[in-house]
Amino acid sequence: MYAQLVKSEGTSREEMSPEEIAFQERIDRNEKIEPKEWMPEGYRKTLIRQIGQHAHSEIVGQLPEGNWITRAPTLERKQILLAKVQDEAGHGLYLYCAAETLGVSRDELLERLHSGDMKYSSIFNYPTLTWADMGAVGWLVDGAAIMNQVPLQRTSYGPYSRAMIRICKEESFHQRQGYAIMMKMANGTPAQKKMAQDALNRLWYPSLMMFGPSDKDSVHSAQSMAWKIKMNTNDELRQKFVDQTVPQAEYLGLTVPDPDLKWNEEKGGYDFTEPDWDEFYQVLKGNGPCNKERLGARVKAWEDGAWYREAMTAHAKKKAARRSAVAAE
Amino acid sequence: MSSEWPLWEVFIRGQHGLNHRHVGSLHAPDAEVAIKHARDVYTRRNEGVSIWVVKSGDIAASSPSEKGPMFEPSNDKVYRHPTFYDIPDEIGHM
Repeated sequence: MYAQLVKSEGTSREEMSPEEIAFQERIDRNEKIEPKEWMPEGYRKTLIRQIGQHAHSEIVGQLPEGNWITRAPTLERKQILLAKVQDEAGHGLYLYCAAETLGVSRDELLERLHSGDMKYSSIFNYPTLTWADMGAVGWLVDGAAIMNQVPLQRTSYGPYSRAMIRICKEESFHQRQGYAIMMKMANGTPAQKKMAQDALNRLWYPSLMMFGPSDKDSVHSAQSMAWKIKMNTNDELRQKFVDQTVPQAEYLGLTVPDPDLKWNEEKGGYDFTEPDWDEFYQVLKGNGPCNKERLGARVKAWEDGAWYREAMTAHAKKKAARRSAVAAE
Repeated sequence: MSSEWPLWEVFIRGQHGLNHRHVGSLHAPDAEVAIKHARDVYTRRNEGVSIWVVKSGDIAASSPSEKGPMFEPSNDKVYRHPTFYDIPDEIGHM
């Protein structure tokens, strides 16, 4: 998931070259596009933006949860959280590799993240203040991510689709461990239940923002959907997420922080309040509560790790030199 | 100096969208010929839509004798599996 407002560059059907028409027809037939095949430049660029943003989100997404590893309430919870954060790193790596098949290097993508040129999901610019947030992140944030990633398993670009299949297989654990934390807290002491409610209050609207702006303001959706690199509209997925999540909150005995939330029999879904889109655009611009901290932590990790990358390269060179010296004897 | 052709490992993508899978190996003087040979040896019955060949010597592999230390550590990490968590059926698929 985790791709919001990805700019898409396409041409209308009338302006398409014969090559582009043939390409679109392959996509319409649900054929997968593979790295060495011809593709329109716009398709390639849009995919690099989207997969890159997705990868960055996985990597930056480690930070809010990493914040709680040393403070997990039990050894078991600590192991679980470590395993989850480790998975996120893995997911980032799968996705960077998928992006690299499009002719961009991982270092280049990281550079564009660090310079602020590329984005990651707005959700990770919110702080994780209590242990209950670890529950709410797994339940809501990973829940929203799954909602978006499951249909992306059918995306037109082969390497992206295969990365999504791997990721989805691993993602169920993430949401379930989050919900298990919420169950524990919601059925715990009044103070614990209050923490669970507070986490839901703070993370509900930022989770709804994860699907991106409303369809009427989502200018790039149509082209991305024609290319099948976006499978559903933002509003469709958001509605699905709300419909799935509200009963889960009720089961916990928690209240979704939306006074206007109401079941709508006619549409067979909930009516709900849209998130504050001004806030969303502010967060994307870099003015969210944790943007500076998150990006700062990423850049610091990259710079602090430079000596290690250099040492490993030097060591590999030394080993290779030793091997060729032995071979020459 | 032996003039024997090097060994190549062959990977075939069976259908659109799937991963390439290792199917076997063959000898060939270079990559281009290896692909042609792979087509003749491994896809006579239309088994694939794409072929990769890699020189066998270029494949680095884990050693079978290290299987224990390599893979056993994940055995006791049962919490990495979704089934580790008891989630009631009422709340739907998760």
